Amino acid sequence: MAEPRIIVVGAGPAGTRAAEAVVKAGIRPIVIDEGRRDGGQIYRRQPDNFSRPYEKLYGTEASRAKALHDSFDALKGQIDYRPETLVWNIAGGQVWTANGHVQETLTYDALILCTGATDRLMPVKGWNLAGTYSLGGSQVALKSQAVSIGHEVVFMGSGPLLYLVASQYAEAGAKVVAVLDTSPAGARIKALPDLMALPSVLWNGIKLTRALKKAGVPVHHQITPVEIIGDAGSGVKGVRFRKASGAERTIGCDAVAVGYHLRPETQLADLARCEFAFDPGTHQWLPRRDADGRATTQGVYLAGDGAKILGARSAEASGKLAALAALCDLGLPVDGGEMTALRRDVATYAKFARGLAKAFPWPAQQAAALPDEAIVCRCETVSAGNLRAVMRETGAIEANRAKAFSRVGMGRCQGRYCGLAAAEIIAAEAKIPVEQVGRLRGQAPVKPLPIAIGEEG
Amino acid sequence: MSGRFVRLGETERPPVTLHVDGQPVTALEGDTLMVALLSAVGTLRSSEFGDGRRAGFCLMGACQDCWVWTELGDRLRACSTLAASGQRILTSQPEPTWPNLG
Amino acid sequence: MSTASDVIIVGGGLMGSSAALFLRGHGMSVTLLETDLIGRQASGTNFGNVRRQGRALHQLPLANRAIAIWRKSRELLGADVEYLQSGHIRVCYRERPELVGAMEDYADKARLEGLDLELLTGNALRAKFPFFGADVLAGSYSAMDGHANPRLAAPAFARAAQRMGATIHENTKIVDAQKVGEDFLVTAQDGRTFRAPILLITAGAWGNALSSQFGEPVPIVPRGPNMSVTEPVPYAIHPAVGVMTPIEEETVYFRQVARGNIVLGGSTRGPSYPDEYRSYVLPQNTMSQLKQIRRLAPALSKLNIIRVWSGIEGYMPDSQPVMGPSATTSGLYYAFGFSGAGFQIGPGVGETMAEIIAKGGTDIPMEPYRIGRFAE
Repeated sequence: MAEPRIIVVGAGPAGTRAAEAVVKAGIRPIVIDEGRRDGGQIYRRQPDNFSRPYEKLYGTEASRAKALHDSFDALKGQIDYRPETLVWNIAGGQVWTANGHVQETLTYDALILCTGATDRLMPVKGWNLAGTYSLGGSQVALKSQAVSIGHEVVFMGSGPLLYLVASQYAEAGAKVVAVLDTSPAGARIKALPDLMALPSVLWNGIKLTRALKKAGVPVHHQITPVEIIGDAGSGVKGVRFRKASGAERTIGCDAVAVGYHLRPETQLADLARCEFAFDPGTHQWLPRRDADGRATTQGVYLAGDGAKILGARSAEASGKLAALAALCDLGLPVDGGEMTALRRDVATYAKFARGLAKAFPWPAQQAAALPDEAIVCRCETVSAGNLRAVMRETGAIEANRAKAFSRVGMGRCQGRYCGLAAAEIIAAEAKIPVEQVGRLRGQAPVKPLPIAIGEEG
Repeated sequence: MSGRFVRLGETERPPVTLHVDGQPVTALEGDTLMVALLSAVGTLRSSEFGDGRRAGFCLMGACQDCWVWTELGDRLRACSTLAASGQRILTSQPEPTWPNLG
Repeated sequence: MSTASDVIIVGGGLMGSSAALFLRGHGMSVTLLETDLIGRQASGTNFGNVRRQGRALHQLPLANRAIAIWRKSRELLGADVEYLQSGHIRVCYRERPELVGAMEDYADKARLEGLDLELLTGNALRAKFPFFGADVLAGSYSAMDGHANPRLAAPAFARAAQRMGATIHENTKIVDAQKVGEDFLVTAQDGRTFRAPILLITAGAWGNALSSQFGEPVPIVPRGPNMSVTEPVPYAIHPAVGVMTPIEEETVYFRQVARGNIVLGGSTRGPSYPDEYRSYVLPQNTMSQLKQIRRLAPALSKLNIIRVWSGIEGYMPDSQPVMGPSATTSGLYYAFGFSGAGFQIGPGVGETMAEIIAKGGTDIPMEPYRIGRFAE
């Protein structure tokens, strides 16, 4: 029998550990990654000619980052590694890749999707101004390029990344004007039992808040974002928010990093025709999978934050587990005990992730309160008022229908950054549960595809 | 406007020189095009639908809000393209010309 | 108890929605039943060509009737369906010089039907439309054709019909239709029944499932259009553009919407599955489309596509729709199977079917569309 073809998409923590397990079974996988270097987003590697040590880049996660990078480096001769390559479509048991203008079609026996996550965003009036960045984006700027997104930066939103990135900025010498957290004060107390699943990670989080205090960074809890102020030409000039007391306050700054935890990149699972289900805990539609990562489409496996936001540690475990499941399904011997242990690890991480979701809740209520003039879809410049007017005129209450009529989510990013919020706005306006609004269907290409693709000569 | 991004270290790298809207800009080897541009200027492009200038958003190739143009009409996603000497970048959509639709 | 009206229409695409509107104009009560939501398949996912040229000559009277409706669509519908009368150009390649003669012949005959076409060759063509590639030999330009937004059109017709008093039931899948006495009794999957002395089937790719219930099966084949769209760029391409060629892979077309995106279509159609309510764009079809677009208009090569889509269309073997009265059952009418070319004529089809139903006849030639042609 010919060696089975196993394709891993993504070279972050899940993809690296999946590839490693496949190599260990004596098979040479194809590893396709959009990045120039491995590591994914959380363990993103700086360019070769940068010199900051691991401790400076990854803090408490330095040894994990180094271990992951070392593992990937060790795999290099044993995998068919394709960096800077986009999987733009999946159909008929094949992945379609683009590297510049070069297109390739690769058949697989098993496809392990480790597509990672992007920031989850709730629009605020003015978030289309130049100088507003996603929280994850602000971290990429520092980690992989040693720059701050501005001279005076406000961090706003909620989620573990809010405190992590703000403290990384402060430590690197950037001017952090304030941290504005939307999560209610009591939420973290309620989340404690779940967060205790990983006491050391919880402790790291607590240390971050202390470090910010020590650096003199004001932290406001339970705020409501009102507006990012500035002008259309030169961008951000400040942030207006409402404090828990109800008083409004404006802070001057030239950059805002905003985000509300993460959302999985599920477009490839969608194109592979995997079934999705609504996850009430995160208000997100997620591809269905079994405990080992098997999707509903045969031969497709899902791991890491691309399947559900469970964090980088879970991604390493679920990546390996998905690979073992794929090997097992291909009839190769796997260690059942190891799979059992990995399942147990993932369950622990899932408990912690439930805690995080409770501690830093998705502020769905902001969608209902979003003023009509606020832009929802940054790509197509569709405002909340546009969307609501289209709903009133056409009666559209389903996500794809509202998109067809209003263009919300129809632009270059394919609804990555507005889709979840648009669904909440529709649900609030129509007074229906958000799961009834449905989800934006994934459409190829996953990212913009050059018309020159496949051009000869 | 001067630069939007602020360098916090790693400044000992060799310089690269590119042109942005006709003006020479010095960046550092290993910079992404986005960092090279925004260390010198405030914005990258205009929204096509009239709500102002944009300067990227996600820095990880997902939001597609940092596309810029070369003087030859090619399109580059600034956050995932490396800066290189000799690049001639425009931060405004060129007027349509034939045979290259700008 | 069943709901009664003068006419039941099964199928809420552009044909059914516009027929509902025009039937209300004749004062008839109408119930429109749609399996899913109005205009989601062929009517909503097609290219959006409001194009007369290139149609079979016998379709031109219907196409002319339709263009009059498109022109007044904003007033008629109280909605903007992005209709632009910005011209349509059909070109042929150097490799097929014989097609120039065919274009001339078509233009001569079309003129008699009221469609004026201007033939352009060589430099004159490129002077007027500089985006064409070197392979393009000649073109036939129709100044009075144009394009509109398919996502918006059928729903706008349906809303207008509703405002005029038509009853519309979405999410109503019809599982049975039969004539009981003088009335048709139409049953939905959830058990609701609807009753009317007249039944109009405008169910697109699903039309055969209903016509078969009246002993008139037709050889309809479901396919899906192969569509893409680019990022927005400055509005510079006014006419809709298409290629005249006998080779399916070469049949690409594009148009630029006023917001700036360029919609690309054609090359090879994809599979679609009416029973599962699914259709897919095959990646290889996207690739062949982009290759052909580069040949037709090399200037577009610098752009990116940001989205592809398809929908469920019904194709007839002779590419002509089934339209007109049933051959077996009085009071039963059909308008489906538009074979990927129904968008432009859609409103004309609705108006004509309403006229036939309300007045008993029409001046529009209907002979080529008889359902009986497949039984012969």
